[in-house]
Amino acid sequence: MELEAAQAFAMAIKFIGAGLMLGLGAVGAGVGIGVLGGRFLEGAARQPELIPMLRTQFFIVMGLVDALPVIAIAMGLYLMFAA
Amino acid sequence: MSSSATLTSQAYIQHHLTNLTFGYLPGHGWGFAHDAEQAAQMGLWAINVDTMAVALILGGLFAWFFKRVADRVSAGVPGGAQNFVEWVVEFVDENVRGSFSGKNPLVAPLALTIFCWVLLMNLMDLLPVDLLPWLAGMVGVSHLKAVPTTDPNATFGMALVVFGLVLYYSFKIKGVGGFLGELTLQPFGKWGMPANLVLEGISLISKPVSLALRLFGNMYAGEMIFILIAIMYGGGIILGATAGVLQFVWAVFHILIITLQAFIFMVLTIVYLDMAHQEHH
Repeated sequence: MELEAAQAFAMAIKFIGAGLMLGLGAVGAGVGIGVLGGRFLEGAARQPELIPMLRTQFFIVMGLVDALPVIAIAMGLYLMFAA
Repeated sequence: MSSSATLTSQAYIQHHLTNLTFGYLPGHGWGFAHDAEQAAQMGLWAINVDTMAVALILGGLFAWFFKRVADRVSAGVPGGAQNFVEWVVEFVDENVRGSFSGKNPLVAPLALTIFCWVLLMNLMDLLPVDLLPWLAGMVGVSHLKAVPTTDPNATFGMALVVFGLVLYYSFKIKGVGGFLGELTLQPFGKWGMPANLVLEGISLISKPVSLALRLFGNMYAGEMIFILIAIMYGGGIILGATAGVLQFVWAVFHILIITLQAFIFMVLTIVYLDMAHQEHH
């Protein structure tokens, strides 16, 4: 009975950890890409002729911002379903 | 997939995330690892055969296709293949001209190779997750991870080659003194040398690590989600139909990520090499 309770507790801790990884990653990426997209729109509204150049830069920086949360998501999903 | 009757979803995921590893197992001699534990015991001198094979096949495909088009190039009305290749080459060339300020004939071909190769390796992600392992299982191969970029060995290999080039050109263009000066004399001047070395050293080391981990993480996450969707197919008609829709949606979204990551790998390679070519005075 002791052992079962301990196992259930370890299970719960694991899922909380995975949930934190997924959630905090999403918060960070949401704020980052939100700011980035807002500035992109501002710039595009101010100087529409720069849109192609801005779009390229936007996607590059989005890929950079996106990387860490996505890694966290991969690790979180691994923890939740496979580990 | 393995043929055992009781296949849990955990075992299924684990199986899909295990490479086909060839190496020396203490006590057993040379051979293929049967599970992840044995692969870990093989240590450093083990080769992930599936990663190597798929990557080399795709690299060869890219080289063969571009060489074939270049050999048959015509000044008249170009065919579809020539149009496509010219478009890709121009796209890469434009990016190199945009962000690389030095003079080096190696950079543009390197960027083209990296972009096309990484893109092709990432594209393997769009194949159904079970297709290649199933085909390999028919000829008796136990494990197969079809996407080379979900193996950190492949991404770190590429990132380390780029890092080696950065170091080589840093020493070549700036000279040993210039490069060491850049590492130790910024940003606090010569009396803050240890702090400078730590700061600059971290930013130098973080380049290849972030380059490799970014590509690996994105592809690994994508593959993981594809595998989780594939598990849903075993859950009856309704779940199966949902999984079909989900897989299509995720695949369409993933096309963006695949191209974007290949593009970012290329752009960052160019930028890092550009930084290696800039002389500070």
